[in-house]
Amino acid sequence: MSSSIESLVNKEYQYGFVTDVESDAIPKGLSEETVRLISARKNEPAWLLDWRLKAFKRWQAMTEPRWPNVKYNDIDYQAQTYYSAPKSVKPLQSLEEVDPELLKTYEKLGISLNEQKRLSGVAVDAIFDSVSVGTTMKEELKKHGVIFCSFGEAVLEHPELVQKYLGSVVPYSDNFFAALNSAVFSDGSFVYIPKGVRCPLELSTYFRINAADTGQFERTLIVADEGAYVSYLEGCTAPKRSTNQLHAAVVEIVALDNAQVKYSTVQNWYAGDQDGVGGIYNFVTKRGKAFTNSKISWTQVETGSAITWKYPSVILQGDNSTGEFYSVAVVNNKQQADTGTKMIHIGKNTKSTIISKGISAGHGQNSYRGQVKVLPKATGARNYTQCDSMLIGNQCGAHTFPYIEVGNNTATLEHEASTSKIGEDQIFYCKQRGLNAEHAISLIVAGFCKEVFKELPMEFALEAQQLLGISLEGSVG
Amino acid sequence: MPHLKYRELFDAAAPQAAAKDFLPKLKIAAIEHFEALGFPTTRDEDWHFTSVSPIAERTFRPARPAALTVTNEDVARFTYVDSHWHLLVFVNGRYEPTLSRFAELDAEVQVMTFAEALKEAPELLAERLGTLAPAKQAFTALNTAFMADGVVVKVPKGVVVETPIHILYLTDAHAANASMHPRTLVIAERHAQVTLVETFGSLGGGTYFTNHVAEVVVGEGARVDHYKVQREGHEAFHVGTTQATQERDSIYHAFSFAIGAQLSRTNVYSKLLGENAEVRLNGLYALEESQHADHQTFVEHIAPACSSREVYKGILDGTSHGVFNGKVYVDPQAQQTDGKQTNHALLLGDGARVDTKPQLEIFADDVKCTHGATVGRLDEMAQFYMKSRGIGGERARALLTYAFAAEVLELIELDSLKVALERVLFERFIPPETV
Repeated sequence: MSSSIESLVNKEYQYGFVTDVESDAIPKGLSEETVRLISARKNEPAWLLDWRLKAFKRWQAMTEPRWPNVKYNDIDYQAQTYYSAPKSVKPLQSLEEVDPELLKTYEKLGISLNEQKRLSGVAVDAIFDSVSVGTTMKEELKKHGVIFCSFGEAVLEHPELVQKYLGSVVPYSDNFFAALNSAVFSDGSFVYIPKGVRCPLELSTYFRINAADTGQFERTLIVADEGAYVSYLEGCTAPKRSTNQLHAAVVEIVALDNAQVKYSTVQNWYAGDQDGVGGIYNFVTKRGKAFTNSKISWTQVETGSAITWKYPSVILQGDNSTGEFYSVAVVNNKQQADTGTKMIHIGKNTKSTIISKGISAGHGQNSYRGQVKVLPKATGARNYTQCDSMLIGNQCGAHTFPYIEVGNNTATLEHEASTSKIGEDQIFYCKQRGLNAEHAISLIVAGFCKEVFKELPMEFALEAQQLLGISLEGSVG
Repeated sequence: MPHLKYRELFDAAAPQAAAKDFLPKLKIAAIEHFEALGFPTTRDEDWHFTSVSPIAERTFRPARPAALTVTNEDVARFTYVDSHWHLLVFVNGRYEPTLSRFAELDAEVQVMTFAEALKEAPELLAERLGTLAPAKQAFTALNTAFMADGVVVKVPKGVVVETPIHILYLTDAHAANASMHPRTLVIAERHAQVTLVETFGSLGGGTYFTNHVAEVVVGEGARVDHYKVQREGHEAFHVGTTQATQERDSIYHAFSFAIGAQLSRTNVYSKLLGENAEVRLNGLYALEESQHADHQTFVEHIAPACSSREVYKGILDGTSHGVFNGKVYVDPQAQQTDGKQTNHALLLGDGARVDTKPQLEIFADDVKCTHGATVGRLDEMAQFYMKSRGIGGERARALLTYAFAAEVLELIELDSLKVALERVLFERFIPPETV
C-alpha cells in the first residue's frame, strides 16, 4: 500500500507561496517605542495606547509558560517584526481599489473577495500580515445592523463598543502570549450583532501571513447582544519559510443573555517540513463568556502549525448557559500540539460538552489538555467529555491531561478517553470490499472525526476533510 | 524554611553504631536530597490539589521508644479474623515481638524486621534498598533518612506463601507530635507468590505523621497481592508510597483502602519491565468532615504486551476533599499495551469537593488505552425506586452508598479482609437505627 502513498508524500503544502508585494514594516524589535509606533500607525485613541502600554509593562514582568507538552527553541522576541502591511493598502478602501496582486493571492487561496464570485451566504474579512485588506458583503450586513469590520476600523468607528468589551473576557494580564498580543496586536475582526438579530450570513475571517520574520498578532472580538445569533468562521495559511514565525492571537467572544455564537476554525498554518524546519508557532488564547441562557460553541480543525498551543474556553457565567468544544487536531512529521479547552461552570444548570479527536502520525506529538471546573455555586452543572486519540505509525505520541475539578455535589460529570490505532481488521474489511489501503484509512479517519465535522458549516466541513487527507498523506504504509 | 528542621533532627540522632556502612551513606544522601528539595508545594504539578503545609508547618520529631501500653485486645480491633495469618505489629514505628505471631513458614521464606535483616541479610538490603524508591521525591527522601524499622520479606524461587502476612502499624498516645517512617521491602523471586496486608491504625495518637515507603520486586512469573488499609486517627497525617517493578508474566495487585487521617496521600507506582506482566491497582476511599485524601497512581508500560487495570472510587461526605491522579505511560517499545482505568467519585456532602486528573502519555501506536472518570451524586431514580418499594430516605441513601463502594471491595481476593472492610464501611454509612 505504500507506493501510491509515497508518491503523495512529497506533495507540497499548497498554500506555501509568497506574494510579492512591497510591504511597509516597522523595524524589528520590541520596546515601548514599538507599541507606540503601532498605535500611531493605526491612529488609535489615547485609551487604547494606554491599554497597550499597560499590557506591555505586564508582559515584561511575565515569563514564557513552560508547562505545555511541547519543545521548541527559545523565541527571540527582539528578532521579530511586529507590524507589516502591504504598501498598497490604505484604510477604509472599497474593494475595487484593492491591489490586484492581493486579490490574486486570496483567489489562489480559494477565497474570492470578488463579490460576484463569492460563496453565497459568507462575508469575508481578509487579513494580510498586520492589516485587513477588505471586508465583503458589508452593505448586506448593514441592513441588519450587523457590524463586521476590521478591528482597526472598529476602534475608529465604534470606540464605545470596543472599549466596553475589549479585554472583558481575556484581560491583558491573562497569560504571557495574551499580554504580548494586547501590547502589539495589529488587526483582526470585530463583530457586533445587535439585540435579537440572527446574522443572515456566515461571517468569516481569512488570515494570511506573508512577510518574513513577521509575527502575526491579531485580535478578534465578537459581541452577540441579547438574543442574537452568529456563526463565524476562521481560516489561516502562511508561506513556506525555513524560519519559525510567531502567531499569537486573542479571540474574545461575548454572548449576552439568550445569544448564541458558533465559532469555527480551520487552522492550516504552514507546519514546517518533514524534518521540522520552519513552520508557525501558534500560541493562541481564545475564550468566550456566556451569560444567562446563552450558548458558545467552538469547533476547530487543527492541521497546521509547527506548534499549537491553544485552549478555546468558555466561562459559563450565566445560569443555564451552554458551552461546547469540538476539536480535531492532527499532527504529522515533527508537529506538536498541546490543545484542549476549559469549561468554567459558574452559573446554575450550566452545561458543557467536549468532544476532542486527536490524530498523531509521523513523529507528531499530540496532547489534549482540558479543564472542567465546577465552582461551589454552580448547582446542577453537567459536563460530558470524550477525548479519543488515534495513533498512526510508531514514532508518534498521544497524551491526555484532563483536569476535573468539582466543588458542588449536585454536579454530574463524565469523562471518557481512549487511545488506539487504526484496526487492522477495519482496514482488512475495507480492502475486501474493494477499497485500497489509502482509501480505507481516509474512510476510517473520517469516521473517527465525524462527530466534530458535523458541527462545521458545510463549506468548511468539505475543506476540513480534504485537509485531513493531505495532512495525513505519507503517514501510512 | 520548615524542612530544614529535619536536618537538625537528623544530625541530633546518634549515629547507628550497628549499621553497616551502606545504610548511613544512604541516609545521609537522602537527608541532603530532602534538604535540597524541601516539602512539595501546590506549584508542583504532582501536588497541585494537595497542600502539605499542615505537615510542613509542624516539626514531627521521630517517635521515641516508650513503655508498651498496647494490648492484644487493641491489636484484635485491627486484625481481620481470629486468624492464622502471620502478624507483625509495630507500635509507634517500632516492632513489638510480644504482640506479633508467626504461623508455620517455609524454611526458605524470610520475614524479618529491619533490625534482623541488617544482621542476617545485610547484603540483601544493600543491594535492594532504595533502588525501587530512590530518594527523588521529598517524602521518600524523608523516609529513607529517618527509617528506623520495617519489614523485609523475601520469597525464594517457586515458593508459594499460602498464609497472608499482616503488618500492623499502630500508634498510641505516645505518638503525639511524632513521626514514624516505616519501610517495607518485598522480594518475590521467580514464580513465587505472597500476599501482604499492611494496616495503619490508631489508638488515639492525636496529631502524628506516618510516612511509609514500600518497595516491591515482583520477579518473573511471580505474584504479589498487596493490600493497604489506612485507618489512621482523624487528626493524623499519612503519606505512603509504594513502588513496584515487575518482570515478565508477573502479577502485582495493589489495593488501597483509606478512611483515616485529616490529610493523606497515597502513591502507588508500578513499572512493567517484562513482557506480558499484569498490574491491577484498585482503591476505595471514604471521607467525611474536612478530611483530605489524595491518591496518585503511575503505571509505566516499558515492555510490550503488558496490561494494567485500575478502578478507584471515592465517597465524599461533609466538606471533605478527594484528589485522584492516575497516570499511564506507554513507552515506544511497549506495543500491544492494554490499559484501562476508571475513577468514580460520589459527592454526598454539600461542601465536598473532588479533583481528578486521569492522564495518558502514549508513545507507541499499537495500544489500547482507555480511561473514564465520573463525578456525581446518588441516582435520584434509584432512590425513588427504593422509596416505591418501601425503603425511604436515609436508608435508601445508605444502601446506595454502600453498594457504590461494595463494587470495589469485590475486587479483594481475601475473603476475611473483604468481610472486615465491608463491616468498617457499613458502620460508617449505615447508621444503626436504619438497619
